[in-house]
Amino acid sequence: MLDFPRWKVWLVSLMVLAGVLLAIPSLLPKDQVERWPAWLPSARINLGLDIAGGSQLLLEADVADAAKQRLQAMEDTVTTELRRGEPRIAVGDVSISGGHLSFVVRDPTQHAAAFDRMRQLTQPVGLTGSRDWDVTTVDGNRIVLTPTESGAKQALTNSLTVARDVVRRRIDPGGTKEITVINQGERRIFVQVPGVEDPEALKQLIGQTARLEFKLVDLTADPQQVAAGRAPPGSQVLPMADGSGAIAVQRRVMVSGEQLVDAKQGFNQDGQAVVDITFNAAGARRFGRVTQENVGKPFAIILDDKVLSAPNINEPILGGRAQISGNFTVESANQLAISLASGKLPVKLNVVEERTVSAELGKDSIEAGTIASIAATLAVIGFMLVTYGRFGVYASIALFINAMMILGIMAVFNATLTLPGIAGFVLTIGAAVDANVLINERIREELRRGRKMLDALETGYREASTAIFDANITNTIAAALMMYFGSGPIRGFAVVLLVGIITSVFTAVNFTRMLVSIWIKQKRPRALNI
Amino acid sequence: MKLLKLVPDNTNVDFMKWRNVALILSIVLTVGSLVLTAYRGLNLGIDFVGGQVVRATFAQQVNIEELRGKVATLNVGEASIQEFGDNKTYQIRLPRPEGPDAAANQVVTAVRGMIIKEYPGVKVTAGESVSGKVSGELAWDGALAIAFAMLGIAVYIWFRFEWQFGVGALVTLFHDVSMVLGFFSVTQLQVDLNIVAAFLAIVGYSLNDTVVIYDRIREDMRKYRKMPILALLNQSLNETLSRTMVTSLSLMLALAVLLALGPDVLFGLTIAILLGTFIGTYSSIYISAPALVWMGLKPDSFLRHEEDEDRTVAPAR
Repeated sequence: MLDFPRWKVWLVSLMVLAGVLLAIPSLLPKDQVERWPAWLPSARINLGLDIAGGSQLLLEADVADAAKQRLQAMEDTVTTELRRGEPRIAVGDVSISGGHLSFVVRDPTQHAAAFDRMRQLTQPVGLTGSRDWDVTTVDGNRIVLTPTESGAKQALTNSLTVARDVVRRRIDPGGTKEITVINQGERRIFVQVPGVEDPEALKQLIGQTARLEFKLVDLTADPQQVAAGRAPPGSQVLPMADGSGAIAVQRRVMVSGEQLVDAKQGFNQDGQAVVDITFNAAGARRFGRVTQENVGKPFAIILDDKVLSAPNINEPILGGRAQISGNFTVESANQLAISLASGKLPVKLNVVEERTVSAELGKDSIEAGTIASIAATLAVIGFMLVTYGRFGVYASIALFINAMMILGIMAVFNATLTLPGIAGFVLTIGAAVDANVLINERIREELRRGRKMLDALETGYREASTAIFDANITNTIAAALMMYFGSGPIRGFAVVLLVGIITSVFTAVNFTRMLVSIWIKQKRPRALNI
Repeated sequence: MKLLKLVPDNTNVDFMKWRNVALILSIVLTVGSLVLTAYRGLNLGIDFVGGQVVRATFAQQVNIEELRGKVATLNVGEASIQEFGDNKTYQIRLPRPEGPDAAANQVVTAVRGMIIKEYPGVKVTAGESVSGKVSGELAWDGALAIAFAMLGIAVYIWFRFEWQFGVGALVTLFHDVSMVLGFFSVTQLQVDLNIVAAFLAIVGYSLNDTVVIYDRIREDMRKYRKMPILALLNQSLNETLSRTMVTSLSLMLALAVLLALGPDVLFGLTIAILLGTFIGTYSSIYISAPALVWMGLKPDSFLRHEEDEDRTVAPAR
């Protein structure tokens, strides 16, 4: 028992000190920690929504919609490719049905060339050896493109990654809030926003489509036909956003919101709130060309199929900058700017799970939970003291250090403490108590068997260790498997358990052993009262 | 200072004398629990069956029927309303309408809006909505995690001890989990994901207890190679009795305090772990240990094992 070398004392003390130091930021109010000098630890443990309050959403990609969009995008690519490439290949009867895209090559002699070009459009998928589209020919000259499973999967993964970033930018344009937006599984995005109690606002923010388009107004349309909702071929009738009737615009899009690089809320000369937009190079070029060709004619600014305004083109707009006005308040202009700048959601997202806990309930829970935990800890400490005396003091110190170390380690890894995590906490504290009890009971037992004091201590620690070891390894296995197979809450439990097992074995075995050995070295007691 | 000794030194309780009585009791309770769980069922929360919940704390006690009537006017489906924690807090549970998503979230909003308008001073403390698809996955994930955790543990114990011990630990876990399930079926306390965490904690504690006792049995089997198995089990149980009592009492003490003073959200979790601790303590004595006898553990089981090892090592020397 005496052989607790000095280096080990230092090592153990250092680890304990580090654990306690790391835990301190989590125990103090947040603003106090923020004023700390930078060299002090400032990582805090995150409290889960079920404890602290806030909103959480689980969004799932609409797979059918994603597939449809992908087919439509492919249709655009195919027609442009065949019409623009050399030699030009005329196609007809382009159709999407049953999950396939197909078209007929008008000149049968060009069929092979068209087929070849389609093959070149497809991409290999990762290392799977398959390509993202199957290209086949039916009925002699109809070419059919079918998305492969791996291609669809990869496309979905890509669009979910983009969607995640878009969602994040929409909720938190400044990038300053403590929000969580992560991909979960193959088709889901998990969003957690502490402090927000109205998930509706959140969902509106995420779900905004904000599809911005610029189209030329069709001046050939007969106003009476337009009022009746009929437009000439190649045009469509769209309602005005302010409800003042409808207007006919060409179907062809001049430029769309996807060609924006920036959108900001600003004011026009009259002091009205507007959105200032900047196009990317291609968008700016196109906008410049179209406005140049159509000076004096009106064009429509369309948001989600509603015409915001239809100003006249007074001069070519060449700098790639434009201003959108339309009865905005500062707030609505700002919101539109955010959704425009954050980009388009590449896939439709449905809410499959939604939880809100009011911060007030959270506060009450934390208060009651803290009081109860302190009282429970005191009860256990009292019980340890009357049962094991001095050794109970050591066990209690070890328990306290254990709790601090769990907090500290979780804070460093930025882990989240949830209600299930508290269950894990209770279990590890239980395991730590048990480890101390095992050691102390074993020492009592060895003393009863007539061993000398030091011998009994040594044997007690050694023999109890195998039981402690086996019990904790089994729990580690359980926790690791739960981490692997479980979802959110089960992981929350397993994380605390994994951390807690390590710290509880360390504190109950190494740390108390150090305390005992220091005591024996300094006081040289003749007998143990245990 | 005179220290507290819950269990006197050198006890010699004949635990194994009662093992058949305990076995019958355990079988009756386990089967009863399972039958009850199967027929009466559990009060599964929306986490597992999908649906929506609005929880609100009102300024004073409200008439449940009146509240139900007001919810019914919103035309959002059959509401089930129950007290939650104290008598001013109610949980309004609604089925989840079919369809992708939009409608469902509107229901929570509609109910929230109605309550705030109709009952001044009310605080809506939580709103949850889980789709049927997600809830199915949550249930499956939870079951899978528990099953694999139990299996992994059994394999480890088999390697560290003997196969009888691995099976014994599994039987004990099964016993403990069934009983707590039975408890939730009887009380119809709501089972949500937090309760799954409680079950995991129970599995963990039960294991811990079982392993500690198995460890002592293994040690004694190596020490007293000729002792009959029942006497040996008794001896091991008596030697660890003091530890069993101190550990379970200190845990139960802490949990009782948590139950009395802790927040309402922790109630189900705490009571499940408290009960689990109690059952786990009993089962580590009356299920884990006798299970070894049922499976034919002989006094020389470890001995034979070690001789085998000696023999394989011998030619090398």
